[in-house]
Amino acid sequence: MATTEYAVRELPRPQVLARDVDRPARARWLSWVATTDHKKIGILYMVTAFVFFMVGGTEALLMRIQLGAPDNTFLTPTAYNQLFTLHGTTMVFLFVVPMMAGFANYFVPLQIGARDMAFPRLNALSFWLFVFGGVVFYASLFWSPPQAGWTSYPPLSSSAYLPDGGIDAWIYLIHLTGLSSILGAINLYVTILNMRAPGMGWSRLPLFCWSILTFAILLILALPSVAAGVTLLLTDRHFGTHFFDPTQGGSALLWQHLFWFFGHPEVYIMILPGFGIISEVLPVFARKPIFGYRAIAAATIGIAFLSLLVWAHHMFATPLSSVVLAFFMLSSMIIAIPTGVKVFNWIATLWRGTIIMKTPLYFAVGFLAFFTLGGISGVMLAIFPIDWYVTDTYFVVAHFHYVLVAGAVNAIFAGLYYWYPKVTGRMMSDSLGKVSFWLTFVGFNATFLVQHSIGLEGMPRRVYEYPDIADLHVLNLISTIGSFILALGVVVTAYNLVRSLKTGVPAGPDPWKGNTLEWFVTSPPPENNFDAIPRVRSVEPMKDIRRQVERGADATAARRVGGPTPKVRA
Amino acid sequence: MAALLAFAGSAFAGLITPEHGGSRNADEINDLYKVVLYVAIVVFVGVEGTLLYSVIRFRARKGRVAAQIRGNTGLELGWTIGAALIIVVLTAVTFALLPTIKNPPRSGPAGLQVSADGVRYAALDQPAPPGGKSLKIKINGQQFVWRFVYPNKAFAYQTMVVPVDTTVTLDIASQDVDHSWWIPKLGPKFDAIPGYTNHSWFKIPASAIPKGKTGVTFRGQCTELCGYGHANMVAFVRAVPVDRYEQWVARQKREIDQGNTDAVKQRSQFNPIPSQ
Repeated sequence: MATTEYAVRELPRPQVLARDVDRPARARWLSWVATTDHKKIGILYMVTAFVFFMVGGTEALLMRIQLGAPDNTFLTPTAYNQLFTLHGTTMVFLFVVPMMAGFANYFVPLQIGARDMAFPRLNALSFWLFVFGGVVFYASLFWSPPQAGWTSYPPLSSSAYLPDGGIDAWIYLIHLTGLSSILGAINLYVTILNMRAPGMGWSRLPLFCWSILTFAILLILALPSVAAGVTLLLTDRHFGTHFFDPTQGGSALLWQHLFWFFGHPEVYIMILPGFGIISEVLPVFARKPIFGYRAIAAATIGIAFLSLLVWAHHMFATPLSSVVLAFFMLSSMIIAIPTGVKVFNWIATLWRGTIIMKTPLYFAVGFLAFFTLGGISGVMLAIFPIDWYVTDTYFVVAHFHYVLVAGAVNAIFAGLYYWYPKVTGRMMSDSLGKVSFWLTFVGFNATFLVQHSIGLEGMPRRVYEYPDIADLHVLNLISTIGSFILALGVVVTAYNLVRSLKTGVPAGPDPWKGNTLEWFVTSPPPENNFDAIPRVRSVEPMKDIRRQVERGADATAARRVGGPTPKVRA
Repeated sequence: MAALLAFAGSAFAGLITPEHGGSRNADEINDLYKVVLYVAIVVFVGVEGTLLYSVIRFRARKGRVAAQIRGNTGLELGWTIGAALIIVVLTAVTFALLPTIKNPPRSGPAGLQVSADGVRYAALDQPAPPGGKSLKIKINGQQFVWRFVYPNKAFAYQTMVVPVDTTVTLDIASQDVDHSWWIPKLGPKFDAIPGYTNHSWFKIPASAIPKGKTGVTFRGQCTELCGYGHANMVAFVRAVPVDRYEQWVARQKREIDQGNTDAVKQRSQFNPIPSQ
């Protein structure tokens, strides 16, 4: 096998090679459909999620075209409502969460020195449930897509107001992707708890794995609430119950509590793995250990705990008493402390380092720069009298896009550029990567910075048109132009991903001089990952291994394997 | 710097700070927002400055070795406490300004003289205006128009006419799906949720009416997705002097009563069953 030969020549010592396992040959597509290999499932997750990202992005562009001019008639109000429902739902349930699940699937076993996930078949089931969720949801395009927003508040989402099947497709999406996520979360949790390499105590677990562990716990705690919510909505719609029907003694507010008890932790489910990626990328490219490992791990747990106690800050404008308002304001603001600690620690990681300016670092710094802005506007929104003014306006739209695009998407792109050589064995083009970074950087800020002002000038979210008053026209036009620049930046990375499969420079096992165990194995890794699992002696096992090699402690083995240590691309 | 920010506050209302000027609670929200914004700017500039400095200053160059620092407990404790202190300050400012945002004031001397009629709230447990004098208007949201019901049972759609210098307390409800009541220049927004009554207030000063005009109109619209007509569910609040308000509300009442009587008459003409 070609990769094995390559490994013999190029691997750093002490490398233990994987043996090929003899299997009856299968058709190539069948090997993907029937796979239980965590790496193949990880790739399936990431590729599918990226496709949904492009679909969701296209929906966003259609909306931006409509909003490029006041009183525009490009889209009908119904089509517009369908588009933002599809866009929000796609980005949350079919892009960010599965993308993070893809990274987790591929890299958690490699980073902890395991040969696969704890339950490989359950892992495959998770992936296929996610795909079916997406298919069921997008099948509604051929009938009537849902149009009540990704939050689907009843009574609007009840059968009295939206009797067609769109909302039902949405409900099935939540059920299927929710089940997928819960099963995946259990799998990741068990894997991290039980399958760590010898010597990998809790204080040596890579920070990405810490963030995935927390991601898994949050999914397990938060998803049942929305699963219950959509089930009640389904029975309301079809079986004559009245859980959310105020005319029959139900409560429309109950839905908001059930939804946001899930919905706010969901924000952290989407962003915590991004924090994990950043915590991996920064120390590698600063050539410095992460600053305050324990503080970052503790902050991850702290954020997760607090995120379960803040849901009603999405409901400040509903009838609530002052005590409730004050409680949720304080709990929401307190989250800024562990988040701030992380940001400071990340910057301190760069401080006095020797920073290698490669694409993953660009996206990581982009994350730091603008996730911070999303965090700051989050504190403003947590102050309920301010929230009374800005909630449900474009200010909120700007805020959560700073968190999810400047935050999660930048982290995802950093992760893609960082780990692509491991997954494919080839480097992505660094110059195209930087072009993509600058385009997304300019496009993103042009799109979303002005949306703060659009909101402050009084434009609500989820409106298909606006009158030509104040500066709404010019601000919306800037936002629309920005969205196309942003889209171009994403397309450049998509092109880079595909092109580098064929033309990328061969990466070797450890192109970045990584710290964690995935860089110990060949790129792409052999099917069983490790023949012999290395003993872990610190939080940066690869540093130890390299040092060991440099000392010549394993000189005999080095001579036996032969060939020079591959040059590190710096 | 402070002067610049103060200028920014007045010149860019709406662009970088909230709209205000229609009611005291809107002004106070604007003040609170500005305090938070100043703190935010300091934090943002500090973080971005340090980040930018690090990325430029500490690039890999020949002969430079990265400092192998794994943490610094003192420093880490320092910025944790620093972040906590900022939160404490923001909380203190919020609760200092909260009463003027939440609690309706007394109607002014030029305002409508009405008798006390119970408690009004921005939050559920907001106290009644001192002396209890306020004009209470019931707001009803429906797909896709707002209806306003006055104490004398007169009602109006889309445009709410109110007297200046009068505390107007609002009972916000919905008859179908969720809506949200918001006039940016009059301050906070509150959801209209079927089965619940939400509360807010505003008090438009007499000075809000420009010289030589008979009234001033504030625009707003529904801010909670309520269906395909959500974007067109607009609302206007028109503030006029008390005498004009009284004329308007009396005429509205008269016309509605007249309309009702006429309708009853008309229905009886077409009624196939003779009345007994």
